Formats: sequence, structure tokens, C-alpha cells
Amino acid sequence: MDKKSGQRRLRTRWRTQDTELTFLALPTTIWYILFCFLPMFGLIIAFKDFKIHGGFLSNVINSDWTGFKNFEFLFKSNDAWVVIRNTLGYNLIFIVLSIAVPVTLALMIGQLHSGKAGKIYQTLMFLPYFLSWVVVSAIVWAFLSFDKGIANQFLNVLGNDPVNWYMEPKYWPYFLVFMNVWKGLGYGMVVYLATIAGIDSTYYEAAVIDGASKWQQARFITLPLMKLVIVMMFILAVGRIFYTDFGLFFQVPRDSNSLFNVATTIDVLVYKQLKSATLGMASASAFLQSVLGCVTILIANWVVRVVDRESAMM
Amino acid sequence: MSSGAKFNSGLDKFNRVRTGTNVVFHLIFIVLALICLIPVLVVLSISLTSEDSIRESGYHLFPTAFSGDAYRYIAEQGTMITKALGISVLVTALGTVLGVMLTTSMGYVLSRPNYKLKGLLTWIVFIPMVFNGGLVSSYYINSNLLGLKDTVWSLILPLAVSSFNVIICKTFFRSTIPDALIESAEIDGSSQLRIYFSIVLPISLPVLATIGLFLCFAYWNDWFQSMLYIDNQSLYSLQALLNSLMTNVDALAKNASSMGISYAELVATMPKESARMAVAMVIIVPVAVAYPFFQKYFISGLTVGAVKG
Repeated sequence: MDKKSGQRRLRTRWRTQDTELTFLALPTTIWYILFCFLPMFGLIIAFKDFKIHGGFLSNVINSDWTGFKNFEFLFKSNDAWVVIRNTLGYNLIFIVLSIAVPVTLALMIGQLHSGKAGKIYQTLMFLPYFLSWVVVSAIVWAFLSFDKGIANQFLNVLGNDPVNWYMEPKYWPYFLVFMNVWKGLGYGMVVYLATIAGIDSTYYEAAVIDGASKWQQARFITLPLMKLVIVMMFILAVGRIFYTDFGLFFQVPRDSNSLFNVATTIDVLVYKQLKSATLGMASASAFLQSVLGCVTILIANWVVRVVDRESAMM
Repeated sequence: MSSGAKFNSGLDKFNRVRTGTNVVFHLIFIVLALICLIPVLVVLSISLTSEDSIRESGYHLFPTAFSGDAYRYIAEQGTMITKALGISVLVTALGTVLGVMLTTSMGYVLSRPNYKLKGLLTWIVFIPMVFNGGLVSSYYINSNLLGLKDTVWSLILPLAVSSFNVIICKTFFRSTIPDALIESAEIDGSSQLRIYFSIVLPISLPVLATIGLFLCFAYWNDWFQSMLYIDNQSLYSLQALLNSLMTNVDALAKNASSMGISYAELVATMPKESARMAVAMVIIVPVAVAYPFFQKYFISGLTVGAVKG
């Protein structure tokens, strides 16, 4: 149907309205060209021997082609594999938890006898979402600092030795997962609560008359009706599996070298390579992330379209 | 839904979890709410503790020796902090206004069913959602080709538009502005620009508020752009300042040495640890005070985006 109306539109003449609307959209279009499409063409520096000095355009055009050399260097270093493992591993855990925890809590918060209390809890749980990762990093530091931190004072009271938290990789997978859930809790609940609020109350009335318990209502009415949204959120999250929250992995571990193996993801590696001016590798990593990310997002979107046409992006 | 009306009918009164379960649920949520609230209170407590007490016994959940030195220092000698506050406010205000203009105009144009270039512009908005140039080439284009390095614009322009927001706008305009309204204005001879500015925008305040809030919080909380593009300390935002204080707590004293005291003296006497957390509080307080009131706009934006993104 879309195609047909498109063809009919092509046949009509260009009107003054179209000129005016184009004029209205022009600033944003220019923004998109400068900040989204130019960098896409800039991706070819991954295949070039790019130098930092001089103008960007002349550099891109004049620098030598190196083929896949940058990628060879990248994969010869151990970093690449560690970083891909971290990115995929953390994201898999995050995907499961970012669905399981908010869905459970959304189901629970509606059962509280006092709706007002529910609103207050929800508002408080939304607070971390509005804090920047720099602020969160300061908060974590207040707890984990070696000589002043609250965690070590607590250990001291219990008679244990203090731990140099920022030097001990073994704790950090738990910390990072916890921080991610903590920060995303309020945001995650919003979508699921909206779905629950949209469920027709007559389902529950009928179920009560048939003698269904609260648990059975959640199990056989609410969850099945939430299934579509849960599946969509899952697929969309899988689509972004090569992207991570830079702030979480860069700010919270405070760029500690001892934590490199457990806390460096693709985004962090690209940033570090960019800042250390190993540009070839940085552009190769960024290129891989963009391409792999695009493939997974398109596959995810295709799956979404199969599951539920209305929810697909295009 | 008002909370009082929730269990008014007999059926609802009958159909609710047992009192025991209710108490357990309340306890779980109280614990979760505290886990979200206490970290912020810890920052507040540290910012109100005297520097000597922090040096001797570290950070505490409650101030061991209460002191307002950190805030007094910020008010009297914190030229760096007031400057950073100014940058943060400027970037947030300018960025929000610019971003709302760019986002809503594109959203409106895309919502017009008969617009000739709709297909092309839809692709222009859609492609960046699935593919992007990545950090490295964006960095070089912004800093080198566009010359944004060490300017306020590097904090504003790259964050102004997001396709997600454009689509929220498009969905809103498509579903709330009746085509008949636009058509009758067209018949009366109004230009599209006039229609957009004097008819569409005034009746679209909810979506303006939603996009404005998204942008407002994004600009206020942004530190990444500063970390990438800003080397000049006089262009530091509050976030960038806190970021540099996290690596070097003495940085606060740098600009203050012009006040007549020597740098070394200042480093030795100023309330460093508590002042750092006081800077964090200056960032947190406006956000923490504002978000409970604007939550509903946020939620409406998030649900539109999630369902129709």
C-alpha cells in the first residue's frame, strides 16, 4: 500500500508547499550531513595510513592505502579478543537482567495496596537514571576509595583487612553489573509499567470470578500480554550488542590499568587508542564496531518486523 | 489514576495480595529505594564534613564533624566553579533551544503525508539509527574539518539532534494535528513556515516539553564531549570540572591562586575533598529537584519511543 501511494505522489507536481517544507527541514538536514554522514565517509581511514597533522580532507585523500594492515595489527594484539569478549559477555548479562529485574519489579509494584507508596518508590528508583557517570564515579569512589572509602571502614569494623578495590579485578564484574542495573532500573520499569497499565481490567475481573489467585493472574494474564513488549526489548537490546555504555566502563573503574582485562569494552578501547594516537588501530576498531553493529541492528529489526510489523523501525 | 480510587470497588478490595505479601513487597521496595537514594546522601554528607575529619577518618554516611567550609569556599573563591556553572547553564539553555527547533521542524516535515521529499528525508533520519561513522572519524571531522575543537559549539552541536527524538516528534504531529487544520490554513493562503510557527507549535506544547527535557538533561549531564574536545580549562563545564577533580583533587586551586594567596598555601588549606563532593552536589541538586515534577513528560516520551521507535 505504501508503494502505491508513493507512485501516485511521484506523478503530482512539485508545489510551493514542498519548497517551503524543504526550507523548514533544511537546517536539520545540514546537521545530519555534517554530523552523521560526513563521519560515515570518514570511516575509510581504517584502510589508510592516516596522519594526524594537516587538514582532515587532504589527509584522507592523500594518505596511502594500506588495505587490511590496520586490522591485522588490531587482531595481533591480545587486546582485541579480550575486549570483544568483555563487550559481548557484559551485554548478554545486561540484556537478561535489564529485562528480568524491571519486569519483576513492575509486576510487584502494581500489587502494593497503596498506590501512592508505589509512586514514591518508583520516583526514588528513577533517581540514578538522571545522574551522569562522572557523578556516579564520584559516588563509587566514596565507597571504594582505599584509605577513605566507606567499604573499607565497614571491613575494618568487622575486623577484616582493607581491600584495594581499584586494583582487584575479581570484584569488578559484579560491581559493573550492579551499577548497570542500579542506573537503569527506573528507566526499565517505565516501559513495562506502561504496558501493564494498558491491559484491559475486565481480564482480571473475569479471572477473579473464576477464582484465579494473584499469582495465577500475573502468570496467565499479565505476563502473556507483556510478552510482545518483552520480546521487542530483547531483540532491540541484542541489536546493540556491540555497543556499550562508555561512561560505565570508563568512569566507574576510573581507568585503572589493573582492571583492563575485566572493564575494557570496544568503546573504551577505541577511545584509548584515539587518545594514545594509535590511529590506525582506533579507526579499525571503530570501523568494525560500526559495521558489526549495523549488521546486528538490521537483523534485529528484521526479526522485529517478523514478530510485530508495527514495532519495526522501517 | 488517583491512588485513593484504586481499591474502591468491592472486586478490587477482594482481589489484592495478602497483607503479609504486601508488607514483604513494601520492604523490598524500601530497600531498593534506599539503595538508589543513599549514594546521593553520602555525597551530600561528605560535602558537609570538615576537611580534617575526612583526612583522619575518611568518608562517612553521616558527617562526623559538620562544616560548611566547602560551600563557603565555592561561594568565595571558586572562580573556576562559578565559571563552569556558567558554561553548563549556557550550553544547556542554548543546546535545548537549538535542539528543540531542529528536532521539531524535521519531525513536522516528516509528518506531512504529501510532502515530495518525505522518502529521502526519512532515509536521512533512519540511516544514522543503524549505522554511524564511529568515534574516530567523528572526532576528526568535528575537531579538524568543522573546527569545533575548544569551542562551546563542540559541546552543543553534536548532541542537538537524535533520530529517536525526531521520530517521537513525527509520531506526535502525525497523531495529534488534524490534516484538516493544516489544509484549511493552506486554503487561507498561509505559508508552511507560518503554519508551523503559529499553528502547529502552539498546540504541540507536550511534545516540545518532552524533547526539551530530554535535551536539557542530556546537556546538563554531558561530560563526554568536554573530554573529547575541550582542553582549555576556562571552557570546562561542571561535569568536566568534576571529571578533572576526580583525577586530580588539587586542580581546584589552580585558578584561585590569583586571589592573593600562593598556590602551595591554597592547596594546603582549602577543603579539597569536601569541595569536590560539593561540586558534585551542585550538579545533582538541580536535577534531583526537577525530575520528580517532569517525570510524566519523560515517561510519555520514553513510551512513545519504545513502542514506536
